Amino acid sequence: MALLEVKDLEVEFPLGRITLQAIRKVSFSLEKGERLGIVGESGAGKSVAAFSILNLLSRPGRISGGEILFEGDDISKFDDRQMRSIRGNRISMIFQDPMMTLNPVLTVATQMIECLKAHRKISKKEAWDISVSKLKEVMIPSPEERMESYPHELSGGMRQRVVIAMALLTDPEIIIADEPTTALDVTIQAEIMVLMLDLCKSNNVGLILITHDLAVVSQVTERIMVMYAGRVVEEGGTKEVITNPKHPYTRGLLKALPQENTAGSRLNQIRGTMPSLNALPKGCAFNPRCDFATKECHQVVPKLEGRDGHNTACIHLEKIPSFKSELGNQ
Amino acid sequence: MGKPHSEVSGAKIMTRIKSFLNSDFVYRFRKDKVAVVSLGIVLVLVLSAVLAPLISPFDPYDLKSIDIMDSEIPPVWDENDGDERFLLGTDPQGRDMLSTILYGMRISLMIGFFAVLLQGILGVTIGLLSGYLGGKIDAFFMRLADIQLSFSTLMVAIITLAIFQAAFGAELYSKLAIFMLILVIGIAEWPQYARTVRASVLAEKHKEYVDAARVIGMSPARIMFRHIFPNTLSPILVISTIQVANAIISEAALSFLGLGMPVNQPSLGSLISSGFEYIFSGSWWITVIPSFFLVLLILSINLLGDWLRDALNPKLYKD
Repeated sequence: MALLEVKDLEVEFPLGRITLQAIRKVSFSLEKGERLGIVGESGAGKSVAAFSILNLLSRPGRISGGEILFEGDDISKFDDRQMRSIRGNRISMIFQDPMMTLNPVLTVATQMIECLKAHRKISKKEAWDISVSKLKEVMIPSPEERMESYPHELSGGMRQRVVIAMALLTDPEIIIADEPTTALDVTIQAEIMVLMLDLCKSNNVGLILITHDLAVVSQVTERIMVMYAGRVVEEGGTKEVITNPKHPYTRGLLKALPQENTAGSRLNQIRGTMPSLNALPKGCAFNPRCDFATKECHQVVPKLEGRDGHNTACIHLEKIPSFKSELGNQ
Repeated sequence: MGKPHSEVSGAKIMTRIKSFLNSDFVYRFRKDKVAVVSLGIVLVLVLSAVLAPLISPFDPYDLKSIDIMDSEIPPVWDENDGDERFLLGTDPQGRDMLSTILYGMRISLMIGFFAVLLQGILGVTIGLLSGYLGGKIDAFFMRLADIQLSFSTLMVAIITLAIFQAAFGAELYSKLAIFMLILVIGIAEWPQYARTVRASVLAEKHKEYVDAARVIGMSPARIMFRHIFPNTLSPILVISTIQVANAIISEAALSFLGLGMPVNQPSLGSLISSGFEYIFSGSWWITVIPSFFLVLLILSINLLGDWLRDALNPKLYKD
């Protein structure tokens, strides 16, 4: 049995008379120690999916269907008290901007000890020692002094390390990282990603990495899930999907990477923008932006199908040339 | 092994103090002459009120030391009738004005401080609940606050105190006066705090650190009081100074109307009131001197509050 299994998850936001479907029939699973990447443009529903796992959707958002099984229990039906024993304890989350996620008026020590004390019955001294050891684990120099610091006294990279240390405090089984490196500069990004990868491997922690940075995903994760307009359009082993993407959207994303272009030429982009949730096109939501779209695409919602764990939601898979030959033609 | 937070050594506290003295906050305070003078006056007044039993020349509560023959002696600078025993003269009962003022200020400040503490506890709790939980709870408390604010504090206080006095008699009232005043002024003014706190909670609760705290699995109460509350402290600090001044004024007004502190245990307000009937017979000092102290105290507290508001609001930096 998988550690976390999400089945046919549906999330909707009722707004007055209309109801927006942010997530439509999304299913995925995560084994212990596995690293899954969720990629997609802004508004594809990545963050909403992550928040719904912890049942922390902001109002009026709600889970309208499906199951979220954590060790076999459907945690989407848990009440607040039961949920609190899972949040931060067995599933932690790391946010985008470490400047915002740390409370500006409390010291690192206060915040870490608070977090531990919310879940464990331990003394302040024990909590202090655990916190210091976790700060050491994320390679923060002189952790005892840093414990007394306020967030504004730390650099961006340092803050994100503190946030990661806080996520690891209670030795969770799963960490959900929502664009953990977006707010950092590029050199620090790599450091933090390597650190997270090492920590996940050494502690056997499952990681759900939400990002739009394909380079990061390809370095860190084992499996990848591409989302578009609330649906999964392609999923599979990271290496397989990156080298042999089948869905036109995944291809578009990969082609848009600067390293796929010859120097000096115009950068590739997927034309158009993500459709608004209240005006999704009929059929395949990607059809207005797709080079291969036909009449059929406007009628049928493609199913996620495929072989060897590499699934794609597109009805024209046979017609579309392989990714390598397409790149060669340019 | 690490030292827990509580065992911070003396040296560390010294460096904390030093870094506070070197901070921007203190620097800007030093540059503002009005603020420095106000703080000086407030400190002197508060200290002399707190230390009244030690520094005042007489004990105005000690009936044995009071001689009715000493009544209505003008301050020492009156060359004809001044008595050097009584620096600021005496009141109609022969009490030394300076001592009575010091003791009276003690009572006024105490009422001001505790009434604000009560307002604060009520207001902050209600404000946090309203702001964080929202919905029906928010609507209920805020409408309650609206209703409360549509009555003036003095009106509520006068009605309550008058009913109490009529129902339980003046003797019991004079014993409980100080608690009653704290209670009435404290309860009448909670909406000020509740509204301010609610407004800052609404701004704070959508910040990511609140999400992060929820993700950590903290209970709503813990998030409200341990995480959001410290972030709303600066507006609370500012209104607290103003509210202390307001509470002292309210107390003085009530005492002046005869609903405050009894004459044998006078606050600044009841002193002013007790001297009022003698003002036309020439004994002006019984009213004017306590009034001067009251005005000085309120003015300095308000100026200090003004400065604090400017200092804690980075958008208002003048230079």
